[in-house]
Amino acid sequence: MIAHLKSREALLMGAIIVLVSLVATRFPGFVTPSNLVAVFTDTSPLMILAIGQMVVILTRCIDLSVAANLALTGMVCAMINVAMPDLPVGVILVVSLVMGAFLGAINGILVWKLDIPPIVVTLGTMTIFRGIIFLLTEGKWINAHEMSAHFTAFPRATILGMPILGWFGIVVALIAVVAMARTKLGRSMYAVGGNPHAAVYTGINVGRTQFYAFVISGMLAGLAGYLWIARYAVAYVDIAAGFELEVVAACVIGGVSIAGGAGTIIGTLLGALFLGVVKNALPVVDISPFWQLAISGAAIIIAVAFNAQSGRSKGRVILKSAEHAQ
Amino acid sequence: MQSQKNGSAESSSSTPILQLDQITKTFPGVKALDAVRLSLYPGEVTALIGENGAGKSTVVKTLTGIYQPDGGRILLDGQAIKFDTPQSAADAGVTAIHQETVLFDELTVAENIFIGHAPKTKFGLIDKTAMFDRTAEILDGIGAKIDGRVKLKDLGIASRHLVAIARALSVDARVVIMDEPTAALSQTEIEELYELVDTLKAQGKAILFISHKFDEIFRIADRFTVFRDGQFVGEGEIANVQESDLVQMMVGRAVDQLFPKREADIGETILEVKDYCHPTEFEDINFSLRKGEILGFYGLVGAGRSEFMQSLIGITRPSKGSVEVEGVQQDIRSPAGAIDAGIVYVPEDRGKQGAITDLPIFQNVTLPSLNAISNKGFLQLAEEFKLAREYTERLDLRAASLDTNVGALSGGNQQKVVIAKWLATKPKVIILDEPTKGIDIGSKAAVHDFMSELAAEGLSVIMVSSEIPEILGMSDRVIVMREGRMVAELDGDDMNPETLVRHAVGIASTENVT
Repeated sequence: MIAHLKSREALLMGAIIVLVSLVATRFPGFVTPSNLVAVFTDTSPLMILAIGQMVVILTRCIDLSVAANLALTGMVCAMINVAMPDLPVGVILVVSLVMGAFLGAINGILVWKLDIPPIVVTLGTMTIFRGIIFLLTEGKWINAHEMSAHFTAFPRATILGMPILGWFGIVVALIAVVAMARTKLGRSMYAVGGNPHAAVYTGINVGRTQFYAFVISGMLAGLAGYLWIARYAVAYVDIAAGFELEVVAACVIGGVSIAGGAGTIIGTLLGALFLGVVKNALPVVDISPFWQLAISGAAIIIAVAFNAQSGRSKGRVILKSAEHAQ
Repeated sequence: MQSQKNGSAESSSSTPILQLDQITKTFPGVKALDAVRLSLYPGEVTALIGENGAGKSTVVKTLTGIYQPDGGRILLDGQAIKFDTPQSAADAGVTAIHQETVLFDELTVAENIFIGHAPKTKFGLIDKTAMFDRTAEILDGIGAKIDGRVKLKDLGIASRHLVAIARALSVDARVVIMDEPTAALSQTEIEELYELVDTLKAQGKAILFISHKFDEIFRIADRFTVFRDGQFVGEGEIANVQESDLVQMMVGRAVDQLFPKREADIGETILEVKDYCHPTEFEDINFSLRKGEILGFYGLVGAGRSEFMQSLIGITRPSKGSVEVEGVQQDIRSPAGAIDAGIVYVPEDRGKQGAITDLPIFQNVTLPSLNAISNKGFLQLAEEFKLAREYTERLDLRAASLDTNVGALSGGNQQKVVIAKWLATKPKVIILDEPTKGIDIGSKAAVHDFMSELAAEGLSVIMVSSEIPEILGMSDRVIVMREGRMVAELDGDDMNPETLVRHAVGIASTENVT
């Protein structure tokens, strides 16, 4: 199974390379290192959110409120910046993480303690978060000239040729890889999604594990919120509207099982990158943005078909072992 | 056994509607039915009797077209017939009311009764008027005062049962199979059911009645057929048989199978359970367990054994009672708490409650022991592999690699992974719930062998089992549960099949002298 997943990730990697090469034949400028770095950086918020989403899906839940969380936390960061222009970015980052985690914890508590289905909870909080932005701003925008220079410059500052925004994607991914493989919580998440009944007997608190998954997802959404607002230097109610679907799509394309219990960080990152490359490449080669939607959609269906396929072959293995037993 | 074994069936005045003749059904590793026979007569109730695992459910599934037999014939009115699908059995007039009836909460009573065969108008739409009329007719016929237009979810359990029966009758059944129909009913509802059975008898239907309860069988059945371990043991008329004869036929064999019970030094008391009660599932459980002892829990399905064990490890909360481990009072509120207290539970349902099939062997084995292999919050992979290897080797688990996903292993090996997982927590008490259910003979022997070894090493074992040979062969002492209560604690010479079954089914032990 692990070998299978690896080959699957190799396949996705291959698809990304083919896509990039195809674009390169028509527009060689696309494959220059600086452009590839730009594409990666542009995809970074999607990667950060997809990692949070993957953790949630792994525990048999879903978080539809990530984009609204991003927008609300981003707006609050922007408002703090307007009120206190000299506040250092470090403080803003902490605020974004804490606030995002808090919003995620609301989802988590509702799922854990009140036992409401996650899709209902996060559909509700998604609307509520957007509503709160409206109440806070009365629909007004916060524009670039109202934000202080260091606030907007931070994500764009480059280290070793890559903007800090891109580095955030890498750092979050590295932490996530270690956490999923090497911590009790990471292991518990796979167990909870793979077989919640068995997890209970093993002494794992299923609800609490799901709660933590929502907190992580919320925290990463909050972080992405500041980065997003600062990068685009604008904050308004509808920022990143509908982005949650792209995030879920990245997970699915990356091989995260929507039924929970299976998925890898690497796969999720590749899923996000695939979408990022499609989004950035198509305009370059002068293909209508409508094709972008169609290609993303097709990729989702192919990925899910793949999942179903691997589920089927698993059934055959069971039969074989049954024959064996006889 | 007795003389009524053969003979009497032929002397019957009527001929059977439905007969099973030399029916055999094999599953991987298990012969569920071995050349069994069964005859159902019009206007008579035949009770099918046997302990858990005797093959009763397999017979029901064969009669209703869910399983196809590997050998033998099914005869309908003396003609051989094949039930290839549930539909073909229904077409032949065979209908079953199952233990857990399959009904739809959000549909009306009438829709539930006629789902799949609703009367149609000439446009091919469902003829609601006809459907409600027929429903009222059928419900009247069985004396049920239920409105066909209410939704099923608004009915109580007993009424639902009547709906299930009405559904069975809506297809012009000639043969009605009732699989433990009284399991969920109260005493007055049971009386109503008896009247219903009498009505069906009067209509000339052949009824197969499956029940564990002897009072019921003697109240309602005309004939009996006894199975044991998938084999036909005997049949006859209820009027000519004693309860004790039936018990004899059910358990029959001497306990001579190979159970490698080793002599273990039984030491001081490890676990003490006092006045343990649950509001709805069991009450007054009192027992102690000593070091190196194997304590068997016997009872029929639904006696409350697993429910008690699940409460003991903190899945459900008791209403009162105390638990002491090595003399220290324990307040176990969660499975994690039970593991800390040294009590682990290997659940019955391996697939659902045991292994996590998407994770590799080593991660399954170490799952309850993650604290022990963590250092500053990080799992130490080298230690994790060491622990997993130690316990899988101890259980003689053969797999290509510890990286193999548990889903790819055979049933017996999955069971070994689950047991290894619990042993790795270094428990004091291990509860094994039906440890050999559904695994092949070879793996069974290995599990028994291993259980003895654990006891010999000083681990205390509680074994919940419905298999009499296993219970008697492996246990030092047996507790029998019936309907949520401890009804007997047996050791020494009292540990024999007859006594065990008497207590489990609730026959007064007056006729103990045989």
